[in-house]
Amino acid sequence: MMMKLFMPSSLSLFMSLKMKSLSYSNYTSRRMSHDILPRSPYHVLDPSPWPILMAVGLWGLAMTFICWANGVSCNMLLLGAGIAAMVVYGWTRDLVNEGTFQGFHTKKVQSGLTLGFILFLVSELMLFFSFFWGFFHSALSPSLEMGCCWPPVGIDCLDWSKAPLHNTALLVASSCTVTSSHKYLKAGNFNSAVAMLILTVFLSALFVKNQYGEYAWSSFTIADGVYGSCFFMLTGLHGMHVMGGTSGLLYCLVRMLARHFSSTHHLAYTFAIWYWHFVDIVWLALFFIIYIWGS
Amino acid sequence: MGRFDSAFWKFFPCPVLLYGKRLDLMSTNHLDIGSLYMVFGFWSVLAGTSLSSLIRWSLFNPGSKFLDPVCYNAVVTMHALVMIFFFVMPVMIGGFGNWLVPLMLQVPDMQFPRMNAFSFWVLPVSLYFMVVSAFVENGVGTGWTVYPPLSTFSYHGMCMDLAILSLHLAGISSIFSSINFMVTITNMRSVDGHLLALFPWSIKVTSFLLLTTLPVLAGGLTMLLTDRHFNTSFFDPVGGGDPVLFQHLFWFFLDLVYLSRFMFLVYKKKLLMEMWVCSMPCLNIGFLGFIVWGHHMFVAGMDVDTRAYFSAATVIIAVPTGIKVFAWLATMMGSKVSTEAPMLWKLGFIALFTIGGLTGLILSSASVDVTLHDTYFVTGHFHYVLSMGAVFTILAGFTHWSPLFSRVMMHRQKMKSHFIAMFLGVNVAFLPHHFLGLAGMPRRVVDYPDQFWFWNKVSTFGSHLSTASLLLFVFLVWEAFMSHRPVVSVRNSSSSPEWSVAVNLPKHAALESAKMSGGSI
Repeated sequence: MMMKLFMPSSLSLFMSLKMKSLSYSNYTSRRMSHDILPRSPYHVLDPSPWPILMAVGLWGLAMTFICWANGVSCNMLLLGAGIAAMVVYGWTRDLVNEGTFQGFHTKKVQSGLTLGFILFLVSELMLFFSFFWGFFHSALSPSLEMGCCWPPVGIDCLDWSKAPLHNTALLVASSCTVTSSHKYLKAGNFNSAVAMLILTVFLSALFVKNQYGEYAWSSFTIADGVYGSCFFMLTGLHGMHVMGGTSGLLYCLVRMLARHFSSTHHLAYTFAIWYWHFVDIVWLALFFIIYIWGS
Repeated sequence: MGRFDSAFWKFFPCPVLLYGKRLDLMSTNHLDIGSLYMVFGFWSVLAGTSLSSLIRWSLFNPGSKFLDPVCYNAVVTMHALVMIFFFVMPVMIGGFGNWLVPLMLQVPDMQFPRMNAFSFWVLPVSLYFMVVSAFVENGVGTGWTVYPPLSTFSYHGMCMDLAILSLHLAGISSIFSSINFMVTITNMRSVDGHLLALFPWSIKVTSFLLLTTLPVLAGGLTMLLTDRHFNTSFFDPVGGGDPVLFQHLFWFFLDLVYLSRFMFLVYKKKLLMEMWVCSMPCLNIGFLGFIVWGHHMFVAGMDVDTRAYFSAATVIIAVPTGIKVFAWLATMMGSKVSTEAPMLWKLGFIALFTIGGLTGLILSSASVDVTLHDTYFVTGHFHYVLSMGAVFTILAGFTHWSPLFSRVMMHRQKMKSHFIAMFLGVNVAFLPHHFLGLAGMPRRVVDYPDQFWFWNKVSTFGSHLSTASLLLFVFLVWEAFMSHRPVVSVRNSSSSPEWSVAVNLPKHAALESAKMSGGSI
């Protein structure tokens, strides 16, 4: 039975492109929803193993982190990361099949997904908000231990007009290219859409490379007081979001080349673009508040 | 237990026995997931109540002969965390929300059923980490607020990390379930123009509050983790940081969790009241809840003007809360108030929640709070609103809707006895806390000066009574399944749509929906 559970995912590269009835009906005695004529615009899902497996994967990831942070050996626990990666693959595969190939993503479902993604972006915004709060808490009333001034005594701030400005230009340009790619897609111009998306990914790779250089050559580290803590926590969290956003855009590139997107229905791409704009706006906030105002 | 498809196995999913017949591990059905949340919360309340019994046993006599101080601190911390994150939130939002919101909206399921299942399955993992943290090393003895520097410097080792990651996972669960509820309630609407029922409306407001504030808690917890392991100085004054920053972040989040719960408490019983009378106060409380967190920090060294502002803002919240209390009372005025168990819980809630609110009003004054902060007065206040407010609502909802959830009727008279036992128990347990606080007994202490002995003994007797009433409740649930009085008809034909599945529960209700607005298939 476990074999049957995992068999689809190993053959899915081929199976996912066919309109095969993907059902876990080996485990249920009732009919699957796509066998029954839908009587509402909503998507009633089949049972799915991914939620509980994701929980197991998160368990593994959390245990790995705790063991690593406390110096305990954590080799076995990377299994958790492996399970999580497999679940992300399987869950995404199911989503793509349901939306692109099986037609479950009606307008109502699409509007629901859109609203859900916007709310997710709101939660990400609040996460950054908490770190900005921490920054302002220390920057607006610098304590005695740092010399009652901001930046603290001894910190050589990065010059905002050099690499950070370059990075800002890169990210804003990548937002422009990704928007133009979206417009090309909506107009039906496939080749230009792909080209613009490749350019976007290239620009974001440049950004990541620049940031890595900045990190390697900066005169202060995360351990250098609250300035270093705030700076590297904020830029590091942003960097992780950039890498996540880039991998999302790459994923969309692969799907675009596989002709999954139509000129009217390409929700995953829309979300990836919004995420990219969000990352860009957070960078602008970082740039103006941390780099310029904070130096 | 009997047959495979009897009520017992529906309510207590047992995947080993029923794999292939019941979709427990892989189910994305909101009814199954709601039941899973209920069972999970049920276990957690037993754990949390046991911890509270340990606390009161220790405080029965002066002198820490029962639990040593380190263990006592860990028990106090665990009691709060288990009750809040693994009982109240899962049962209220996960349990009642999942069961009732799709039925009330007359839609087949939630908008994101897989994410719904994921939100649930993360919780046992989170609980696992929390429980393990209590057993490794010395247990987490920081108090449930995990303030630095105690949580960053004094608790080296894995126990603190386990607890922090447990809270992260619980936060992930709540964020995704909040997104799910908000999208379901906003997007899955029919076009015939009827107003949203009060319960889904209040869940929507609650979910918005959770969505915006849980990430702030996550940020604060991440800063704790990096301060512990990565040499950051967010809360370390030596590096220029400030422990008070954590207090700000923590309470910004927590206040909203508190308020979010009280948002929709009483609407579980579906009193017939004006939609606008209660929805506007919900919004007001929700908005005000964002700007009052400082009333937990009156003795943290804030500026006097800041303290004055927070006092004023906190007092203002009493106004919409009062509107809601008057609305609840007005609903009952002139009608035949039944004496069934759900109504008893509701009346008890209104009375005791009001008392809790009044003691909160006393605490909101910054100057008075200086004498009462971290005393038992605070404990008395929040146990009145939580142990009586939240718990009474949960029990009101459960007794009202248990025929729907479990398909069997609970024993009517015994449920009333349970109410009386619980009511007496919690009042005897928590009223003395106010006297102790005014007399000056501090919180989170395993031992106390001899002059506080009397009220501590009384309070412990009360806790014994309330624990016994919880055991009575466990017995009553078991008895309901054993006696198996299945629901055959609904007597008080309520206009609320969730009762349409009282007798015949399909896998998904309302598969065929009313005419929708905006977009077609």
